[in-house]
Amino acid sequence: MSIVTVQLGQCGNQIGFEVFDALFSDSHCPQKFCSKRENEAYQASCKERFFSEEEDGVPVARAVLVDMEPKVINQTLSRAAHSGRWKYGQHSHLCQKQGSGNNWAYGYSVHGPRHEESIMNLIQKEVEKCDSLSGFFIVMSMAGGTGSGLGAFLTQNLQDQYSNSLKMNQIIWPYGTGEVIVQNYNSILTLSHLYRSSDALLVHENDAVHKICAKLMNIKQISFRDINQVLAHQLGSVFQPTYSGEGSFHYRRNPLGIDWQVRPPLSGLPTLGKMPLSKELHFNTSIANLVILRGKDVHSADLGAFKDPALYTSWLEPVTAFNVWKTQRAFSKYEKSAALVSNSQSLVKPLDMIVGKAWNMFASKAYLHQYTKFGIEEEDFLDGFALLEQVIASYSNL
Amino acid sequence: MFTRHRGSEGRRPSRYGNGETQVHLRGLLTENLSLNVEKSGATAATGGSSVTYGRPAPSESAVVGGEYEGRRGLPGAAGRPPSGMTQSVVVQVGQCGNQIGCCFWDLALREHAAVNQKGIYDEAISSFFRNVDTRAVGHKVFGSLYQEQILEKLRKSAEHCDCLQCFFIIHSMGGGTGSGLGTFLLKVLEDEFPEVYRFVTSIYPSGEDDVITSPYNSILAMKELNEHADCVLPIDNQSLFDIISKIELMMNSGKLGTVIKPKSLVTSSAGTSKKRQEKPFDKMNNIVANLLLNLTSSARFEGSLNMDLNEISMNLVPFPQLHYLVSSLTPLYTLADVNIPPRRLDQMFSDAFSKDHQLIRADPKHSLYLACALMVRGNVQISDLRRNIERLKPSLQFVSWNQEGWKTSLCSVPPVGHTHSLLALANNTCVKPTFIELRERFMRLYKKKAHLHHYLQIEGMEEGCFTEAVSSLSALIQEYNQLDATKSLPVEDIPRLSVAV
Repeated sequence: MSIVTVQLGQCGNQIGFEVFDALFSDSHCPQKFCSKRENEAYQASCKERFFSEEEDGVPVARAVLVDMEPKVINQTLSRAAHSGRWKYGQHSHLCQKQGSGNNWAYGYSVHGPRHEESIMNLIQKEVEKCDSLSGFFIVMSMAGGTGSGLGAFLTQNLQDQYSNSLKMNQIIWPYGTGEVIVQNYNSILTLSHLYRSSDALLVHENDAVHKICAKLMNIKQISFRDINQVLAHQLGSVFQPTYSGEGSFHYRRNPLGIDWQVRPPLSGLPTLGKMPLSKELHFNTSIANLVILRGKDVHSADLGAFKDPALYTSWLEPVTAFNVWKTQRAFSKYEKSAALVSNSQSLVKPLDMIVGKAWNMFASKAYLHQYTKFGIEEEDFLDGFALLEQVIASYSNL
Repeated sequence: MFTRHRGSEGRRPSRYGNGETQVHLRGLLTENLSLNVEKSGATAATGGSSVTYGRPAPSESAVVGGEYEGRRGLPGAAGRPPSGMTQSVVVQVGQCGNQIGCCFWDLALREHAAVNQKGIYDEAISSFFRNVDTRAVGHKVFGSLYQEQILEKLRKSAEHCDCLQCFFIIHSMGGGTGSGLGTFLLKVLEDEFPEVYRFVTSIYPSGEDDVITSPYNSILAMKELNEHADCVLPIDNQSLFDIISKIELMMNSGKLGTVIKPKSLVTSSAGTSKKRQEKPFDKMNNIVANLLLNLTSSARFEGSLNMDLNEISMNLVPFPQLHYLVSSLTPLYTLADVNIPPRRLDQMFSDAFSKDHQLIRADPKHSLYLACALMVRGNVQISDLRRNIERLKPSLQFVSWNQEGWKTSLCSVPPVGHTHSLLALANNTCVKPTFIELRERFMRLYKKKAHLHHYLQIEGMEEGCFTEAVSSLSALIQEYNQLDATKSLPVEDIPRLSVAV
């Protein structure tokens, strides 16, 4: 089953490239811990998911690249082509000349409708190349104008046109101390829109990845390339094929194998007042956790700790909420590796901060004229705030 | 009464290609509106000025190597317009504006030649297309007289751009042409090309101005800037003088290792190897030219965090009227001696926040920041940027609703002669004293009705124009006052929406 990736904006395209590169590199990494046959099955599965074949034998990424200005796409295309190992399709991209100016409203209300047909056509072409489509992986940032605004518009479109396919959005949360001044506005608008049309939001925070580079990897002068490569590494170790417990490489419709829809107990949620966020929580309460193990000794690994009921909300059993996928085939050059994908309260604090800052700015009406200029009114902001406050409250009350 | 005459072809230029995009850069610099300039009083209304308008000879502004002439499109793409990038049109008005503009073109071409050794007309170059020499003078009279011709020129320029993003207007506030015609053009551009940004670089008059009526010109111009510019970068000559003095002090200090790379000087002209006679304002004009280059670098060259021109306005203008940005440039030079270790990167960031590097006299550190942009070029990564923001933040005061008000960009290509550089743009209430002083100087003249008759004798000008202009300025000052009043107040959290779960 195949995934079609849509790379949006500077961030989306820069990251998208690193992800395909990581997937390809891992796929062709010499293996010591599994049989040749297993490795070949792994390679074939990875290939089917992410690449299609061209006559000259060079794998072509199943991706559509979109940006409203040309520099990044040109760079991305040529980097891939120059590597000689894989490449992007010749006609799989759309770029315009003038960016979105960090303006969500411009990305959503102007670029979106204007390029809707062209972009959907490009996506359709990619979909037609797949024997069977499992879903879409949309890579975008929240802070800018194209990834965020156009991304929100596009995801809605995908929801309308491909309602049976999964849509997962990879969202990059900007640094807290600012890459873009209106990033909090853009984030509010993006998240509230995506909540209505996306199936899963996979989040990476620049601050968190930056810390990994600084503290765990000891990189002295950290560049965006470093950050993107760490991110790609993480995504690669989640997306590469695994056994899901049925004894074969079976890639389910839902790429993460877990139904992310939160189903509160039939009796209704216990009524709790709004939980003060300063309260010390012993555990980060989860709704669902997925552990992915790759490499040596995967079958003997002890995951008991993940099944502790204290980790999960009271109305879920660990057996429902916890999943593990394994493969003996190691990831890249790492003898053993593990990845955790979690739907938990860990994002409540960052989300709350963004909402707080955006609200503060909104109260002073600063920058609003830049949005109303393109048809995003105060009401749209208020809708966004209301939705996100509900999300925060729901998660806090777990 | 002042009226505008719409030309017979009110056609708006198409944004997406009009066939040929032939560029003759050398030829453009000799384009001219040939008008008879009458020497008259230096009023914004008539636009005459007490200096003559000598044209720079074409050879002085000769493009580097001449390879740019006539070539168009990417190699192997004969006849096809360059794909991809947006264009900006530079409009140089008046003597000041034109001198700066010429320096700008020299330096811009030098920068692109350094990046693109083969001198092929590439996409980055196409980002700066034409300069439009509008030597015509005046706001009310000559503005409307020559409006059609000016408009025609602008339309032609715009037609050649297949995606015009921005107009850069360079002018002075004190003189007649720059001030009057320059600001008249703003309205014209807004009406004719409403979707194209208007960035204005304005040279504000210094205390001892040689034009007596400069306060009148400046006040009248301010009204237009308030209402029709998207972004204004005010600059004063005194700051430019100070930068030059600082450099000269450094060069003459005789300290070991203070030999400076000539091309790296922020004041140096493009053709330092040529023996052309340096004109008196060259050094100062080159500083301003460098400002424009750095402003647009991220739009012209690649980087890991791009910043287009429309992002400047989006991030730095929280309210439409508050669009005056204080700029500071660093470094001013690079030492030539390779044995001296390069100044620490962090020093560059500190310098950007020092008054020595500002292009206008103001005190941002003791005033309130509404927003700040850092445009970095060269071998600088995101961690360097963040480290320095963390370091400098505590000493700066940001408005309560924008405590994290930083906009950043990283462009890979440094300016010629440097390994890295930084342009800081601050929207800060520290511009208020400049405007207050402008108003005071105006009132001193206006109270006595001195020289007023020069203006009032022009058709369409009346005292109302002056009083309107002054109240526009007063309103602006008042907005800054209100923001300043919030400076020492504690940051209060506004109660959030409460929702039912």
